Amino acid sequence: MSDNRIIEKRQLADEVCEIRVEAPLIARERQPGQFVILQLDGEFGERIPLTIADADPDAGWILLVFQTVGHTTHRLAALQEGDRIAHLLGPLGTPTHIERFGSVVCVGGGIGVAPLHPIAKAMKAAGNRVTVVVGARTRDLIVMEEPMRAIADEFVLCTDDGSAGRKGLVTEPLAEICARAPKPDLAVAIGPPIMMKFCAETTRPFAVPTVVSLNTIMVDGTGMCGGCRVTVGGRTRFVCVDGPEFDGHQVDFDNMMQRLNAYKDHEQAAHERCHLDEAIARKERDHERQA
Amino acid sequence: MNDKPEPSPEDNRRLLDTLLPRKDELKARERIAIPAQPMPAQPARERVRNMSEVALGYAHDQARLEALRCLQCKNAPCVKGCPVAIDIPAFVKAIADGDTADAIAIIKRNSLLPAICGRVCPQETQCQLDCTVGKSLKDVELSVSIGRLERFAADWERESGRMLPPEVKPETGRKVAVIGSGPASLTVAADVRREGHAVTLFEAFHKPGGVMMYGIPEFRLPKAIVQLEIDTLKAMGVRIVTDYVVGRTRKLKDLLERDGFDAVFVGTGAGLPKFMNIEGENLVGVFSANEYLTRSNLMRAYDEGAADTPIRRGRHVAVLGGGNVAMDAARTAVRLGADEVHLIYRRTEKEMPARIEEVAHAKEEGIRFHLLRNVKRILGDETGRVVSVECLKYELGPPDDSGRRRPVEIPNSEYVLPMDTVVVAIGNDSNPLIPQTTPEMETNRWGNIVVNENNRTSMPGVYAGGDIVLGAATVILAMGQGRQAAAAINEQLREETKS
Ligand SMILES: Cc1cc2nc3c(=O)[nH]c(=O)nc-3n(C[C@H](O)[C@H](O)[C@H](O)COP(=O)(O)OP(=O)(O)OC[C@H]3O[C@@H](n4cnc5c(N)ncnc54)[C@H](O)[C@@H]3O)c2cc1C
Ligand code: FES
Repeated sequence: MSDNRIIEKRQLADEVCEIRVEAPLIARERQPGQFVILQLDGEFGERIPLTIADADPDAGWILLVFQTVGHTTHRLAALQEGDRIAHLLGPLGTPTHIERFGSVVCVGGGIGVAPLHPIAKAMKAAGNRVTVVVGARTRDLIVMEEPMRAIADEFVLCTDDGSAGRKGLVTEPLAEICARAPKPDLAVAIGPPIMMKFCAETTRPFAVPTVVSLNTIMVDGTGMCGGCRVTVGGRTRFVCVDGPEFDGHQVDFDNMMQRLNAYKDHEQAAHERCHLDEAIARKERDHERQA
Repeated sequence: MNDKPEPSPEDNRRLLDTLLPRKDELKARERIAIPAQPMPAQPARERVRNMSEVALGYAHDQARLEALRCLQCKNAPCVKGCPVAIDIPAFVKAIADGDTADAIAIIKRNSLLPAICGRVCPQETQCQLDCTVGKSLKDVELSVSIGRLERFAADWERESGRMLPPEVKPETGRKVAVIGSGPASLTVAADVRREGHAVTLFEAFHKPGGVMMYGIPEFRLPKAIVQLEIDTLKAMGVRIVTDYVVGRTRKLKDLLERDGFDAVFVGTGAGLPKFMNIEGENLVGVFSANEYLTRSNLMRAYDEGAADTPIRRGRHVAVLGGGNVAMDAARTAVRLGADEVHLIYRRTEKEMPARIEEVAHAKEEGIRFHLLRNVKRILGDETGRVVSVECLKYELGPPDDSGRRRPVEIPNSEYVLPMDTVVVAIGNDSNPLIPQTTPEMETNRWGNIVVNENNRTSMPGVYAGGDIVLGAATVILAMGQGRQAAAAINEQLREETKS
């Protein structure tokens, strides 16, 4: 169909890349909260899920933001404008339930701000008052601050080390916002599992309904393998079809985090192999240059 | 199979030489006396260290000897047992006569995928079940090996390079969408394209072939054989679109209403793994068979150096279930280097739905069978990884209304087996994606799409077949449904063109 060409590529932060990809079919159908699965080589490549950060159905592109954490994301980051992504499947997952709730607080941690962006945008468009809390470890790791500021009625920035905005974790402003009267009608928290877990713990005593978006290991992304399963309210659910969004107060985050680490040893090995390959390639280039 | 001394090729040649001059006059008694030909196979000790096909196929003389065992029964009970009614006595006779080209032509009148069906059909419950030879010898395993002969003919054709794509009639300008690319869909694509209609096949995965690619392992069904069927479709002008999930990338209704397709066939299979809903099922190290097999087959995880997708190489692996899926998972675990593979099944071997040959191969490969046992819960350590399974013993109770003795739990019979990997292979439900995103379409309470005798659904212009209609079934039934649906689609398009 379309050829999944990378139209534009930008480095957003250290180890964080943004790519705009030509994918008219996906751009046409996608809704906030949905994701794609991509694969860089149809023979031996792995399939990884990435949430769609933005899309333009008329221009036919989708925006993906990713952190270079493993073998495939490293290879993805090495692609240049004009290069193709071999396989791109989507949009997958159940779209976010958007309606006029009243006031919505959107909390994004690290790279999680990217998938949060279309949700915040849609919540705003549906007539909600949107408060955005963006957090990162340090100033250089903040992503999509500008587009989020543009959407927010109220914007709070925090970093763990205080290098930008307020010093501290996103749960602190979240607790303050929940303590206000009236309290927010909905919280949406997207980020590392541990952050989502603590956001859910923060909102629980205030009984603020809290949606989280889970990014588990996936294979097919269509409900066929069950590799993405999580325990929600004591029941097994498949993130790729029943999710990726669930009631944060019901998710068994500890089990989810354990499952996410299932292949850590393998990832580590692949990562090292990949760095080794890069080092060898660099050496070879240096040699060629010298020759 | 491997413990009997096998006759040498020279023995077979000698026997064949004595029989061939009188091949048409042989008495039933003489035919039955011809030794049933064993399937040559890779020795168990070697094959557990590779992914190559286990069953190697009959040599030419063996095939003719096996074919000479057929009594050419007038009432042909074998044909009644074949879901697509292949003229079995005729093709078997052609092999006995040495005319393999004729044999394959006869098979192909009814079956589009003989190289595949010859390998994976459960012949012992179909064509070979009521074979007169097997009945006379009081052992279904001594029936004429119709499946192996089918495979022989199909392999002969493929290897001789004579496989030509079927002829395609002039373009009609009509468009048909086929969703999924399992055996049902491949059959529809071929039969509809032959009539000159444009066919586009949409597959969610990055590679077409359905379960035959992602589920059934290479050692049982070489992927090159499935790929050849797909290449044939391409040569016929079928357009194959991968990475396209109908219901998400495009709604089914939009295919008809906006994209100009005149008819749609849904062949999306039974891809929703069942779990047991027991404690510990979400621990690290517990997999559905679908995930385990997909990682190994489609994602090539068995090829550790080359593949990016990891797979758990467990040392002590438990596989829960007794069907083909369970055998495939257990035998894959052996090949991935497990020290011990345990198959845990609630009933007895007699009730196992797996093909007899797979059960025999699994045993030869050292898989330990725990029959009349069931896993009650899965236990983990503090890091959430599997460490053991708790089993419960069963015994056969009194016969129920159907005369079958049901397994009943033996109270307080729990015991623990140490395991680091558990593969759940207790079956699949229908893939819910299309029904969920197509509210117009009628489904039954198991989520299967409801069709009439022509495989028409409740939506005009939409047909369905294979596992999405039947529940987890077989390749041959999927193919049979595909043929019916294709005939109905061709009929619809013919009628519409007339008016
Ligand atoms: C491990 C295993 C071993 C088996 N062994 C045997 C055996 O020995 N003998 C035998 O006869 N049968 C066997 N079976 C069963 C047999 O494979 C199935 O009955 C048969 O493949 C069903 O064919 P199908 O055409 O209905 O669909 P499938 O083969 O299930 O293919 C369906 C395809 O549709 C695709 N799809 C699903 N949803 C969508 C969508 N929305 N859009 C686009 N594409 C979609 C899927 O990705 C898949 O590729 C086995 C099954 C398994 C899992
Ligand atoms: S990724 Fe396979 S079921 Fe969700």
